[in-house]
Amino acid sequence: MKIIYADNAATTKMSRVAIDAMLPYMEEYYGNPSSLYSVGQKAKEALEQARADVAACFNAEAREIYFTGCGTEADNQAIISAARLGERKGKKHIISTAFEHHAVLHTLDKLKKEGFDITLLDVHSNGIVTAEEVAAAIRPDTCLVTVMYANNEIGTIQPIKEIGAVCKEKGVLFHTDAVQAAGHLHIDVKDQNIDMLSISAHKFYGPKGVGALYARKGIILTNVIEGGAQERGKRGGTENVAEIVSMAAALKDACAHIDEYAEKETKLRDRLIAGLDKIPYGELNGDRVHRVPNNANFCFEGIEGESMLLMLDDKGIMCSSGSACTSGSLDPSHVLLAIGRPHEVAHGSLRLSINEQFTEEDIDYIIASVTEVVQYLRDMSPFWRDLVNGKRPHVFSE
Amino acid sequence: MALYSEKVMDHFLNPRNVGVIEDADGVGEVGNPVCGDIMKIYLKIKDNRIEDVKFETFGCGSAIASSSMATELIKGKTIDEVMEVTNKAVVEALDGLPAHKLHCSVLAEEAIRAALKDYFDKNGIPYDPEEFREHDAEEDVPPEVLEAAEAEKAAAAASCGTKFK
Repeated sequence: MKIIYADNAATTKMSRVAIDAMLPYMEEYYGNPSSLYSVGQKAKEALEQARADVAACFNAEAREIYFTGCGTEADNQAIISAARLGERKGKKHIISTAFEHHAVLHTLDKLKKEGFDITLLDVHSNGIVTAEEVAAAIRPDTCLVTVMYANNEIGTIQPIKEIGAVCKEKGVLFHTDAVQAAGHLHIDVKDQNIDMLSISAHKFYGPKGVGALYARKGIILTNVIEGGAQERGKRGGTENVAEIVSMAAALKDACAHIDEYAEKETKLRDRLIAGLDKIPYGELNGDRVHRVPNNANFCFEGIEGESMLLMLDDKGIMCSSGSACTSGSLDPSHVLLAIGRPHEVAHGSLRLSINEQFTEEDIDYIIASVTEVVQYLRDMSPFWRDLVNGKRPHVFSE
Repeated sequence: MALYSEKVMDHFLNPRNVGVIEDADGVGEVGNPVCGDIMKIYLKIKDNRIEDVKFETFGCGSAIASSSMATELIKGKTIDEVMEVTNKAVVEALDGLPAHKLHCSVLAEEAIRAALKDYFDKNGIPYDPEEFREHDAEEDVPPEVLEAAEAEKAAAAASCGTKFK
């Protein structure tokens, strides 16, 4: 059976470039970068080259890049740092959105318990917040605005440059969780007025367990991990040299191909969306245009997401859902609820995230399989029967 | 280890007794769309025995597998025997369910009882209402399983992005 991995928003298969880049730092230059002998200094050189390479991808400076253990850690450190800087000036208000990743939302929850005031902006039904809404929420005591670059579930891209401009004008720090965007979209921290940005290597064909935080020079970071003098004293722990080098190689490679891959993926994605649009009583989640090139996310009425996933897995297709049953909690995806999907519809969601290696045949196979699975599950669903018989109202049109 | 046992996957991918009995003697429906699962059981009863049973389910893999297994367990049984079929029996027959999916087996038990109650009501057969009260997933579950379920829930709540990594 052919295997189609359509969950690239969850993680990606490492590229050859990324694997080849890391091996020498496991086999040969395994020294501790803090050691003075040659095998350590070789590692140190590679570490600093990786820093410069990562910085170059975002038009940042090498000393503005701090390596972390994951995107979540970068989000934590950015938000905690801004909070500590803010509270010294008596500013304890933070603005974010209702559909952030839990790395951001749970960090904000923690600060709320410390007495910070958190505003979570509502998201429009197309999965986008506007710069005007951010501007309207900014108060004299606002110390941070944190808005994700692209949503991890529905892929919608936020107006980062405009939000950054608003923050700059009002003198408020702006952080963006760019985990789903880095390596897939052009990012320029200067042009887009970004003060802090988080990335994660495994979302752009690099290894798991490594990420980075960009923090504009002059922003004093607060440690999340205390320890030695690594990362200019801002992140203790011996550097994960092999993976950092690998991340830099993966990012460089991805950034060199952004336009080429985006063009291919957008075409395939739109073919996928057009095919799934034909399924009655289903709807695309998130804006059709302002979304990452690799993401399609649908809700289908009358069925539940986990059973869709399992049936598709049986057909060799791997993807995700925002149903409660796939989350281990009682509620479906907070992202789908944030864009206004009712619970019963949010349970029937399906996220497909492709890459540039997909073929039109792959896409057509996915369309045919999803169409078949939706029909099959609806045929055994009493909820669907009630919708068809008019006992319950439809949410979507046919 | 996979999330589900081979038995669960078999009953999910090849569910037994799916469908509707148009002239059913008893019909029971439990759950609701907001929670993400609904089970509906149709019974054909002759001489105090389950002559035929069909189900329809809106829900996850374990909900579909639990319904399928439950119908297999009660087919051909007498009403008294069916009253003895608990969610535990469904779980055992499926070679286990993950702790946070145990409620699916409870729904299956409740759907069967709701269908029986419907049959009793329609035919004026007296019964003890105590036998048909709805109960939550935590009853009839061994304490060690409950503990595991609590730990799993806490882990799910603690780890960021359990829904989408």
